[in-house]
Amino acid sequence: MSAVGHYLEEEGIATTGISLVREHSEAMRPPRALWVPFMLGRPLGAPNAPQFQRRVLLAALRLLEAPAGPVLQDFTEEAPPFAQSEANLLACPVSFDRPLQAGESAPALTLSTSPTAGNGWSVRAFLAEVAQLRTWHDEHRRRHGRTTVGISGLEIGDASALLASVLDPDAFAARAAQPGFALQLKRVCDDLRAFYEEALAAQPGDASPASLRRRFWSQTAGGAAFLGMQKLCLGSGDPALEHFGKLTLVPHIALQDIAGLD
Amino acid sequence: MARLSDLTERDRAHLLRLREQAPRFEQTPWVSGGLLSQRRIAIVTTAALHQRNDSAFDSGAGATDYRVLPDATPAAELVMSHLSVNFDRTGFQQDLNVVFPIDRLHELAADAVIGSTAAFHYSFMGAPWPPTRFEARARELAALLHADGVDGVMLTPV
Repeated sequence: MSAVGHYLEEEGIATTGISLVREHSEAMRPPRALWVPFMLGRPLGAPNAPQFQRRVLLAALRLLEAPAGPVLQDFTEEAPPFAQSEANLLACPVSFDRPLQAGESAPALTLSTSPTAGNGWSVRAFLAEVAQLRTWHDEHRRRHGRTTVGISGLEIGDASALLASVLDPDAFAARAAQPGFALQLKRVCDDLRAFYEEALAAQPGDASPASLRRRFWSQTAGGAAFLGMQKLCLGSGDPALEHFGKLTLVPHIALQDIAGLD
Repeated sequence: MARLSDLTERDRAHLLRLREQAPRFEQTPWVSGGLLSQRRIAIVTTAALHQRNDSAFDSGAGATDYRVLPDATPAAELVMSHLSVNFDRTGFQQDLNVVFPIDRLHELAADAVIGSTAAFHYSFMGAPWPPTRFEARARELAALLHADGVDGVMLTPV
């Protein structure tokens, strides 16, 4: 961000901007920057908080009137707290497709059971879960008038079917050598994660970022499927898939959460 | 929350490494200008936003390309294809403006706090490193901004 501002300013365009990492702005010294104490991914502070967003935006824009620079100013107001409904926070977000039969074990919805077997309950639970969450996802769309799902070009049922089809190690190995497979998998997983997060946020209960992250990664078959996919990618021997598995599938903070559960 | 002390040890170490590796520019350029109320403002984000029917970002040769976001693009038409998963996306899922404050900018124009909003805004993906890789595209973008009459750019990261 700082570099883009530097080059635009060199070309005669005045720039101002938001800094999420003060240390980077101190190092690169952009012409004007407003450091904000917000979480990464939320440069304006909080969703659905128009007055707060306006204050942040205006504070950054006002730096365009500074007489000299570089200017690195702090915005010290904290973001509004995450809204919580008064619903039962302990409600399980997953509805199962049918009751357990006699002698059948519980579905792999926790991280202590591996989801990587491609022909077991886990994959079936994952597909059933996606189907079950559609109603909640529709509620998200109704409430917000939009969805951020859509970068894979696949309908969510097809996206989940694609991921399910390669959770089996043999099926994965057969697809791993195909050109562009890692990028397709990345986009499918990003769409699925957006689908889950939007659906879970529409349910009654705590919709804070930390709650949504923990629910997805530790309470859903989808999260378990992602972790299974990560294992397959890391052991694939394919540089693009290994990079995907190591860096752009599972957030560091989710791995930290998971380690804390062990 | 974006204080380094609030991040995971791995994220903190990564960001500190990037700080050490970040390019140091010998001089900071500076363009003076008029009052905010007379300026035409464009947003340039590095959140890897694009219209649904536009190409998603990837890590290949085009990683430093930008996408054009017409000012009147409905929020429902904008999606994000950033490669990084190490930032919150749930805010963006609920409200485009937490990343791309286009409604707030329109409100400031309607209230005459700024002069006007640009006809076009732009998005990069902030993942390529080092950021000096953006130089050619940023200079190209400057010509488009000048042609649009823009004299103030609001940069938003993610």
